[in-house]
Amino acid sequence: MTRKKRRLYIVAAALLVFGSATALVLTALDDSLDLFQSPSQIMASPPPPARGIRLGGLVEEGTVLRSADGLTVSFRVTDGAQSVPVRYQGILPDLFREGQGVITVGAMGPNGTFLANEVLAKHDENYMPREVVDALKASGRWQEGEGTSQ
Amino acid sequence: MIIELGHFALILALAAAVLQGSLPMIGAARGDAAWMGLARPAAVVQLFLVVFAFCALTHAYVTSDFSVANVVQNSHSAKPMLYKITGVWGNHEGSMMLWILILALFGSAVAVFGGNLPPSLRARVLGVQAWIGIGFMAFTLFTSNPFLRVFPAPLDGEDLNPLLQDPGLAFHPPMLYAGYVGFSMAFSFAIAALIEGKVDAAWARWVRPWTLLAWAFLTGGIALGSWWAYYELGWGGWWFWDPVENVSFMPWLLGTALLHSAIVVEKRNALKTWTILLAILTFSLSLIGTFIVRSGVITSVHAFATDPERGFFILILLAIAIGGSLILFAVRAPALKAGGLFAPISREGGMVINNLFLSAACAAVFLGTLYPLFLEAVDGSKVSVGAPFFNATFVPLMVPLVFLMAIGPMLPWKRADLAGALARLKLAALAALFIAGLTWYLQAGGPILAVAAMGLAAWLFAGALVEWSDRVKLFRVAPGESWRRARNLPRSAHGMTLAHAGLAVVMAGIIGSSAWKSEVVTNLKPGETVEVAGYSLLFEGVGKLNGPNYTAERARFTVFRDGEEIALMFPEKRVYPVTAMPTTEAAIRTTLFSDLYVVIGEADGQGGWTVRVYHEPLVPWIWLGCLSMVIGGLTSLSDRRLRIGAPHRQHAAKPTSHPATA
Repeated sequence: MTRKKRRLYIVAAALLVFGSATALVLTALDDSLDLFQSPSQIMASPPPPARGIRLGGLVEEGTVLRSADGLTVSFRVTDGAQSVPVRYQGILPDLFREGQGVITVGAMGPNGTFLANEVLAKHDENYMPREVVDALKASGRWQEGEGTSQ
Repeated sequence: MIIELGHFALILALAAAVLQGSLPMIGAARGDAAWMGLARPAAVVQLFLVVFAFCALTHAYVTSDFSVANVVQNSHSAKPMLYKITGVWGNHEGSMMLWILILALFGSAVAVFGGNLPPSLRARVLGVQAWIGIGFMAFTLFTSNPFLRVFPAPLDGEDLNPLLQDPGLAFHPPMLYAGYVGFSMAFSFAIAALIEGKVDAAWARWVRPWTLLAWAFLTGGIALGSWWAYYELGWGGWWFWDPVENVSFMPWLLGTALLHSAIVVEKRNALKTWTILLAILTFSLSLIGTFIVRSGVITSVHAFATDPERGFFILILLAIAIGGSLILFAVRAPALKAGGLFAPISREGGMVINNLFLSAACAAVFLGTLYPLFLEAVDGSKVSVGAPFFNATFVPLMVPLVFLMAIGPMLPWKRADLAGALARLKLAALAALFIAGLTWYLQAGGPILAVAAMGLAAWLFAGALVEWSDRVKLFRVAPGESWRRARNLPRSAHGMTLAHAGLAVVMAGIIGSSAWKSEVVTNLKPGETVEVAGYSLLFEGVGKLNGPNYTAERARFTVFRDGEEIALMFPEKRVYPVTAMPTTEAAIRTTLFSDLYVVIGEADGQGGWTVRVYHEPLVPWIWLGCLSMVIGGLTSLSDRRLRIGAPHRQHAAKPTSHPATA
């Protein structure tokens, strides 16, 4: 066992492990990315049905409806310019309210409704998801100084 | 007045650190003993000043001094005392103070216990440690000062985020920080060794205990954080591959690799350059973690109010620390003497494989965590990388690692006989088959991968036990003799068994809670029942409750199993009026084998409530296993040969003693 030979073994093992890791990363990146979209972006170019999307914006005032079974909730997410109908089944986060920022995770359904399987609201009073802030800025609804942090 | 004294003490501590970071370094370069000797008193003085500053801030919290801006923003007079104290580090500025405090503690530990370190190495280690301190103290004083007053003082504070008012969260940050900052010791030793141009077994014997201590804290800190997320967020999950979780996990992965490669340096004087690099990268990841969490570049619950100035400052700090140390590594590492030889199949070879898989896994997590930042910088599109990515990359890398983990400790140093090692693992293979079969039988129709994974966990668990019982010759000699052998076994051997077996238990918990979790979401009116996994929960209604600084709606459930009443459960929805923030308090009934987890949502206005019930098999094992890993780390740390200071004196002359201990 010479030093050279040992180095060769280690390099070969390292190439094998890191090679497989790279292959895993590349395949996984291909199909497990969620793209963040604002309502305006979705309206401008509707994404394909199965594409994982994070739709972010404000919960439009007066649009939150609960179904008779008490489980399904529908509302519209707006960035001021456009709005998208969303349907979600399950428990809403504690800080979900009309007029507040949310991110909904899911995919577009067949009839133009966004089917969310997760709804994220901000964690505290003065926190707004960064993506939502950027989307609101893009549609001109954001005033600087609104909220103490982003 | 006290707060101004605290502020002043922190400025003086910064001055002490500048002294500690400069004169002893120059002294070490010139061989001037007096200048080198300055490092120790400077480190102790720095600690006293930082402790004073920290106590001053804590005093302001305890007495609810609302003339201090930091207290106003994060405390309230009605808050329970425990949370007034933990509120000190429940915010950005205070958590920086905690970081500095722990750093000063570690630094002065070297000063106090490092009597037998070579003087120049000690001076350099303390010097590097001081520079890290300078960076963080300057950051705190210039961008995140907790000692600022506000005038006029408001009557009361704005309160701490209610999610953070929780006993689990009270101790999560200190433990996590002790882990992060603990790796600064390995870092300082690595940099000092590069400057000295010498790495030997004695060096590794110093680095190992510090790494072990940091690793044990980090393991505990991550486990506490995950436990908190499990019971406090009310989502029934314990790990979300959230960026902030990942950034604490990355140093853990590399730190685990470092822990093992340091053993090779100590026992066999090999893998020296690699170990130095690992030490640098592990601490760099701790710094990156701080940057990501504190700068708010990634959306998360940990992103306290932020401003761009801070992010910029941390970025500069990162560039200097990481870039500087890597350049130093590139320049100096080739000068290090290559170490001992070993065959591919040997204990050393096993450690190399362990290191390869752990660093590949860390790289995968790193890519997944930072890819969104990278992509946004390149073409402005916003993506998020979710759990599916990590499950598809991290898990396949862990499977071979866990498989080999049972074999590695069976291999002797230098050259090993693989067939012999595998023959000793026959019992473990049988255990794996048995557990897989049992799982198959109990969970007919469950996912087949989970069956195989349970077998793998059993393989690791049994493998760890077989290795231990071989060493004490359990059942092959009289029990008294085995007992004697067990007592004579180095503590580090017991520690390894506890840690490896603990990981197997964690694995079983992860598999159980992800493969066989049942979840029911429904709308219930009082008197109605919901069924989950053989339990019936009778919803009896919701009452009002007043806590010290919140009001709550508390639901009452009676739990039946096979028609027998076995428990009462009280999930709550709380509202904290000061922050106008609601929180969900899950009710959890745990047995050793599963958790029943109930959360209430909102009332539908017609007498019904949204209710979510989970049954999570084996989930308590995750935390039990982590506990076993932490105890394993601490047991190993208590090994006489690893005891800080003691080993150097006895073994410095003969570095390669004690074969086949880990």
